[in-house]
Amino acid sequence: MKANSPLERLYNGIIKENPTFVLMLGMCPTLAVTTSAKNGFGMGMTTMVILALSNLMISMLRKMIPDSVRMPAYIVVVASFVTIVQFLLQGFIPSLYDSLGIYIPLIVVNCIILGRAEAYASKNGPVSSLFDGIGMGLGFTVGLTSIGIVRELIGSGKIFGMTVFNGGATIFILAPGAFFVLAMLVALQNRVKMKKDPAAAPKACDESLCAGCTNHMCASKKNAEKGGTQS
Amino acid sequence: MGELLHVSSSPHIRSKVTTDYLMKMVIVALMPATVAGVCFFGWKALLLVCLSVATCVATEGIYETLMHKPLTIWDGSAVITGLLLGLNLPASAPWWIPVIGGIFAILIVKQLFGGLGQNIMNPALAARCFLLLSFTGQMTNFSADGGLVKLVDTVSGATPLAAVKAGEKVDLLSLFLGNTQGTIGETSALAILIGAAFLLILKVIDWRIPCTYIGSFAIFVILFGGHGADGYYLLVQLLGGGLMLGAWFMATDYVTTPITKRGQLVYGVILGCLTGLFRIFGASAEGVSYAIIFGNLLIPVIERLTVPTAFGKGGVKHEK
Repeated sequence: MKANSPLERLYNGIIKENPTFVLMLGMCPTLAVTTSAKNGFGMGMTTMVILALSNLMISMLRKMIPDSVRMPAYIVVVASFVTIVQFLLQGFIPSLYDSLGIYIPLIVVNCIILGRAEAYASKNGPVSSLFDGIGMGLGFTVGLTSIGIVRELIGSGKIFGMTVFNGGATIFILAPGAFFVLAMLVALQNRVKMKKDPAAAPKACDESLCAGCTNHMCASKKNAEKGGTQS
Repeated sequence: MGELLHVSSSPHIRSKVTTDYLMKMVIVALMPATVAGVCFFGWKALLLVCLSVATCVATEGIYETLMHKPLTIWDGSAVITGLLLGLNLPASAPWWIPVIGGIFAILIVKQLFGGLGQNIMNPALAARCFLLLSFTGQMTNFSADGGLVKLVDTVSGATPLAAVKAGEKVDLLSLFLGNTQGTIGETSALAILIGAAFLLILKVIDWRIPCTYIGSFAIFVILFGGHGADGYYLLVQLLGGGLMLGAWFMATDYVTTPITKRGQLVYGVILGCLTGLFRIFGASAEGVSYAIIFGNLLIPVIERLTVPTAFGKGGVKHEK
């Protein structure tokens, strides 16, 4: 696939750089609103709409926004879209609006949105930025929905509100369950990825990404570079 | 001459105390409480405890076999986890409760953190809290119909702590012997104290944590319990619920206690205050499990703050 083509952007957002399972961004809504599949899907779609629109807008304005005030400018753009979407949700899907609560206005400071604006939309054209936003948003939706499905199924025996079995381990709907399920799903997708492509297994580190990388092998390498002892 | 030149690196003196020995002694010490539980709650209780032990050992064995790790099921640590988990269940729990709890305790809390010595929480207690949050109904259903000995109060199904919180009276002697409602292993203070004395005499456990735990809890109850220095209320709080089992057997777990002596005292006081806080000001009548788990998480901080001064360090410099 050609770099920056719409299709490549979608693949990148959903699979290669999935914001939830690979980039580990936007953990606050990921852990907080995924108590059911419906909430996870709703949150993911809401974020996707805002992400796509703000990416498009920021990309079009990228030559006009002065470098020194780009962050406030991004926030203004994102906040406008969040306000619009919030009113639309309140008007048309009040049940989702109620269950997402404070996490809708908090999309303004969602690190996926600001991250894509900074890392992608401010450097690329409007079309590929729009598809980057859609791809990342879909990736986020996939992540949140799958966490929501697992939590809802184990926690209350339902999928999208339909009863599969009675009872369930309530802890999976509570906060600890979010951590359990996220960890299991990340482990699972790493496993699948490593099986498909053994080269994807964490081995060495890419120098340019070292700052944000939590791989322990990188950490020991960083220590070694600093002259620290390697355990 | 050749024998004189035998060279080896330290340590030169080894203790005969091994993990196996310690674990086996703890298992022996838990036997009185288990027997008392079976006496008061019947064969169903024994079945639950056995199921819990079997699940824990099997989970450990299967995980270690699949992961190609050295098999540690014979060191007794999984047996203790299973035993403690079983003793922390109500006798009326369905059979799948200890199975889920045992798998959670060993797989998630112990093995995923690296096995014995690496777990940040007491596995049995973490599993109990997991079960309590997940299956609240089954875990708080104290309505066992009694075993070999007829229980005093089998109708209301209230634990002594809940009864006292609701303003009812409980009989202190049956509370001490264990003839009351509660989880399988926690009711009989007498049986637990026999086991604890056994461990103290063998020096398997240290007095510091249990004594500071119980002591600070007693002080907390006197200060904030709303009953003043009322001996009856204090004794109910000390003997009822999981305090005895928790203080002597679960707060003293080697893996999840501070190493430093001062740290152990601090840890005991923290546990006592937390238990008092949860029991008196919390919605539930019981708070030992959450207090110990919370204390477990504070251990790195406690150890960091109570590092003893090394010999020769920190002295006052004399002027010449």
